[in-house]
Amino acid sequence: MGSSNPILDEVKPAILKEVDPVDIPRPALVENNRSFSWITDKICGIVEEKTPTWWWVCFIIACAGASFTVMGLVYLVATGTGVWGLANPANWGWAIVNFVFWIGIGHAGTLISAILCLLRQKWRTSINRAAEAMTIFAVVCAGIFPVFHVGRVWMAWFLFPIPNANAIWPNFRSALLWDVFAVSTYGTVSVLFWYVGLIPDLASVRDRAKNKIRQVLYGIFAMGWRGSNRQWSNYEMCYLLLAGLSTPLVLSVHTIVSFDFAISLLPGWHTTIFPPYFVAGAIFSGFGMVLTLMLPLRAIYRLEDLITQYHIDCMTKIILATGTMVGYAYGMEFFIAAYGANDFEIFAFVNRAFGNYAWAYWIMISCNVISPQFFWFKKIRENTALVWIITIFVNIGMWFERFVIAVTTLTRDFVPSSWGYYSPTIIDIFTYLGTFGLFSVLFLLFLRFLPLMAMAEIKVVTPQADPHNH
Amino acid sequence: MSKVFPKWSNALPLKIIVFLFILAAAVVSGVTYYATPNYTRVGYMPSQPVPYDHSFHVGQLGLDCRYCHSKVEESGHANVPSAGTCMSCHSQIKTDSELLEPVRASYASGDPVPWVRVHEAPDYVYFNHAVHVNRGVSCVECHGKVNEMEVVAHDQPLSMGWCLDCHRNPEEHIRPVDLVTNLDWVHPGGKKGQIEDGLKFVEEWNINPPQSCSGCHR
Repeated sequence: MGSSNPILDEVKPAILKEVDPVDIPRPALVENNRSFSWITDKICGIVEEKTPTWWWVCFIIACAGASFTVMGLVYLVATGTGVWGLANPANWGWAIVNFVFWIGIGHAGTLISAILCLLRQKWRTSINRAAEAMTIFAVVCAGIFPVFHVGRVWMAWFLFPIPNANAIWPNFRSALLWDVFAVSTYGTVSVLFWYVGLIPDLASVRDRAKNKIRQVLYGIFAMGWRGSNRQWSNYEMCYLLLAGLSTPLVLSVHTIVSFDFAISLLPGWHTTIFPPYFVAGAIFSGFGMVLTLMLPLRAIYRLEDLITQYHIDCMTKIILATGTMVGYAYGMEFFIAAYGANDFEIFAFVNRAFGNYAWAYWIMISCNVISPQFFWFKKIRENTALVWIITIFVNIGMWFERFVIAVTTLTRDFVPSSWGYYSPTIIDIFTYLGTFGLFSVLFLLFLRFLPLMAMAEIKVVTPQADPHNH
Repeated sequence: MSKVFPKWSNALPLKIIVFLFILAAAVVSGVTYYATPNYTRVGYMPSQPVPYDHSFHVGQLGLDCRYCHSKVEESGHANVPSAGTCMSCHSQIKTDSELLEPVRASYASGDPVPWVRVHEAPDYVYFNHAVHVNRGVSCVECHGKVNEMEVVAHDQPLSMGWCLDCHRNPEEHIRPVDLVTNLDWVHPGGKKGQIEDGLKFVEEWNINPPQSCSGCHR
């Protein structure tokens, strides 16, 4: 800073001569300094090993569970939708509750794959594959309920605007039709995203295959992937575009699901807070389910180096944030009802908390609002068993949220003489419980046949991939 | 990496995609052509126990539709005549025709002639003949030119879309009530005259065809 002017030499510049970067180490996303080949061996090993006994045990139990859904649906088709507990005034019951529940579960998958990708949240890499699989299987389970609610399932194609000899169209002003588009778009984009992400890893499995059949089968689905630079650059662009495309879906799908309720004129449903509150709830339940699935997998397959405490921290914090948002929405509903001074609205909410279904309301509050608050404490976040239990409560709570919304409003409609109490039938219960079997069957097959983590992406976030500390 | 697939398989994905497009086009056009009432119903021509010839009785002899289907203006259901109606002439004419044996048997025993039904609306459709006939919807609109048929055949698709065509634009299909059973009549003013008069009838007779679900599915 030599200058001819002695006065200026006296002035100390406000800029530091040199900057010492503060040393705040980011937590490593792959612990114990694992090498690339270790990662490949670990993930591919899961698909290549002999089918473990626990897998068969779980698979058989899951199949038995899924058969409940199958039997319930066969009975429904053979007899009629009357086998469900729907009757005036509650013409929406468990079917819509289960539909919204499963669709909501799927949301974490899209959030992790799309939004966290665009935001360059590197911790997504070790959970995104399984979360996307969860999304797709959850959409499958969700789709069952509205499709079978139409009664004559072979006419379900009427849901789509297809020109037909009856010259009739679905009602374009109905949120139920928007649902058809929202959910089918969501399902399609989720499958595409999942599959595109799988291609390089399928090629790894193909290249390691010991016999011809595996080589050919994985080879078909790897679509000739060779890992050339040109393929990688196209692949990255494609993946980014898909991430951009599905980002709005994270918000739109559950917004439209909430419209099923919000665009009606019933007190307790007709509120503008529904879309954001449903989206927050969906992400809340989705992350709950991701942890419910990933924590046992982490223990069984010894994946602690890939799903680290940092990953669990990130997810539990998202659960804490969205759970608190949901709690805020519950409170705000009461405030708006009181502030709006509409007798029917006030009645609907007082009835929710203290009416016939108060038991369900308080289960919902304790599971959704109170249980995630434990995640403020590091000690609890580090206790995987406790985290796992809390995530189960989160999903119980979110199921009850949809139940409370659908049922309390319908059973206390405008005409007191038609008030009633809705209970599900045994068929409702079996059909719903069976979907957990179906979900597990699909997820177990996924574990057995597809690499459950995105190997290529995990390698990018290891310390070794960044030798110069950029 | 050893080669897993032979070279010719490179073109396979493209071929499969092209094949799927062709298959989809074939399925769509096949369903559109073969799986709608236009194909499944139109042209249905069952043989009847008595080969009653409409073209002869109506076209040449000039019987009015209502001579046999006598309750069509009063009843929701258009009746098929009993053997007594046939016998009002055939007790005098062709009394020993073998073809008429089932009619004479029916007349003697009282059991109806087992006619085979040609036009049948599904159980969930409520169709009332009287209201249509009394508001100028001619027989020909739904049944075709029966006066030219030797054997009665299904002439129109009777699909829901076909019903709605008329319910949405009734002016194209209604005529003065006294011309309802004149199957050869067309408006002398052509299509333009038909619509002008049709609109007038719609106005004067207060024709308001239901388009809501419960209009027909009660």
